[in-house]
Amino acid sequence: MIPSETTQLIETARRDVRRRSRAKRWKLLASEIVFNGILMVGAFLSAFPFYWMFILATQSTNQIFSWPPQFTPGDNLVANYQNMLTIIPFWRNFANSVFVGVTHTALALLFCSMGGYAFAMYRFPGRDWLFAVLLATMMIPWIAGIVPWFILISKWLQWINRFEALIIPGAASAFGIFWMRQYIQESVPSELLDAARIDGCHEFTIFFRIVAPLLAPAFAALGIMIFINNWNAFLGPLLVMQDKSMYTLPVALSLLRQDPRRGFDAGVLMLGTAMATLPMLIVFLIATRRFMAGLTLGALKG
Amino acid sequence: MALYVILFAIFGAFPIFFSFVLSFHQWNAITPPQWVGLDNYVRLFQDRLFWLAMWNTIFIGVIAHIPILGGAMVLAFIINSAAVRFKHFYRSAYFLPVVTSPVAVSLIFSTLYGVRFGLINWVLVTLGLPPIDWWGGNGEWIKPAIIILFIWRWLGWNMIIYLAGLQGINPELYEVAAIDGANLRQIFFKITLPLMQPIILFTLVLSTVGAMTIFDEPYLLVGTTGGTNNAGLTITMYLYDRGFRFAHLGYASAMAYVVSAVIVFVSVLNIRFFGRSRTEA
Repeated sequence: MIPSETTQLIETARRDVRRRSRAKRWKLLASEIVFNGILMVGAFLSAFPFYWMFILATQSTNQIFSWPPQFTPGDNLVANYQNMLTIIPFWRNFANSVFVGVTHTALALLFCSMGGYAFAMYRFPGRDWLFAVLLATMMIPWIAGIVPWFILISKWLQWINRFEALIIPGAASAFGIFWMRQYIQESVPSELLDAARIDGCHEFTIFFRIVAPLLAPAFAALGIMIFINNWNAFLGPLLVMQDKSMYTLPVALSLLRQDPRRGFDAGVLMLGTAMATLPMLIVFLIATRRFMAGLTLGALKG
Repeated sequence: MALYVILFAIFGAFPIFFSFVLSFHQWNAITPPQWVGLDNYVRLFQDRLFWLAMWNTIFIGVIAHIPILGGAMVLAFIINSAAVRFKHFYRSAYFLPVVTSPVAVSLIFSTLYGVRFGLINWVLVTLGLPPIDWWGGNGEWIKPAIIILFIWRWLGWNMIIYLAGLQGINPELYEVAAIDGANLRQIFFKITLPLMQPIILFTLVLSTVGAMTIFDEPYLLVGTTGGTNNAGLTITMYLYDRGFRFAHLGYASAMAYVVSAVIVFVSVLNIRFFGRSRTEA
């Protein structure tokens, strides 16, 4: 028989625990509400401008300049589209961006993986020295060399208004090769290569048949990063493309804002922006994880 | 491989070195370059617009990055906490702005910032506040406009990086701390922040480069000269202006080198300061 004093003590302790856990639950619920509230507001703020872009794209100037603003789609989509096509050859610019983006990315992936492979797996004279130079240039922003870069492209190579100007420079990026080297060192066992060599494989066969398939995740991540950077680039294309039909999308869009003849029509401007942004948004929503991995590349190894 | 080295040498290394050489010359790309010694640098340091552009760039960069990095860290901490559901939804929503091009973002914001019919001013007036004259007056609203845009675009990116870092922290550490009676604030400052140090360093270095070379956004919002009183003129815009509109190539090269020196200096400072004590878990 337990003395009643003790039972009472146990009873109080139990109640105490229960009360505390109830308080804890309330506290958790409160923080849940506050946290989710903050996050909802943030998510709204970060998504709303996109909604607004799509809404304005369908409105006429009158609807856009109405007070209060209209938050629902207007009825001017077709007219905006036709107006836009009188200012810029949108689909041509779109095709330019796709072409430049795809070829540049493919070339860059080839160079970066082969270069990274060489740095990771071979010993050759001057390797460490070369790698040090590579690392050093990573610290320096590309803008440091922008003047000679432009002279090189415009005067010596005569690449003004040519796709080469946007495809070839930058295909051998220091960051890409550095990152690929790290990846290859970690994920490609050199025993595998030795085995292949003993079997009499040529070095190129080894690279394309054995190494390249192992690099698929690296290609995806680095490829997304390179492609997006190229797709979004503005200053480079602005400098080297001087003909409307050669513009990439960002440069063409900037023209919609600065068309001297008509001033600017926000509906037309937003339609062009929406059409240039939509493909990226769709691909992002389909492959969110891959995109995040690609665009935050280097963060967790740096 | 050899091809790679050649390409890298031509487009990567050569411009950087040649730029250095050019910065001691006067050149308009037509007549041969003329050696002028340190003249470009001397003129640069006496150039009022250069200092203004430098000040604008640093001001925008610093003021924008306090909320960007601080907010990103807080949001990542919140999303990582057990109290939040729909983590995937939030991650995607906050990452959306990163996928869009700076040009698209600037154009969208230029409509939001409309002085008479812009959405932001409509909200302000509805709330009974005076509307903002974004581009006029003394240009005092130009920098805030650029800063708001910058925060909107970059907060999510940094948040995702911090979140990935937070998820890499062993949850047992938190449990042990909680058992030892540490509160949320102590956990955040004593455990989370020190362990996140390398990742914070990474974002700081990248932010420095990004902020010092900002071009697209102010160029599209306020034009080549930076708007009223050049309030939105950044250093890259000024470089573009001198180098490519006026063909003062040597001068622009000198400017490019000063900017790069600042970036490298700040990065080294960051590394010294934040990379100093590695707390291993």
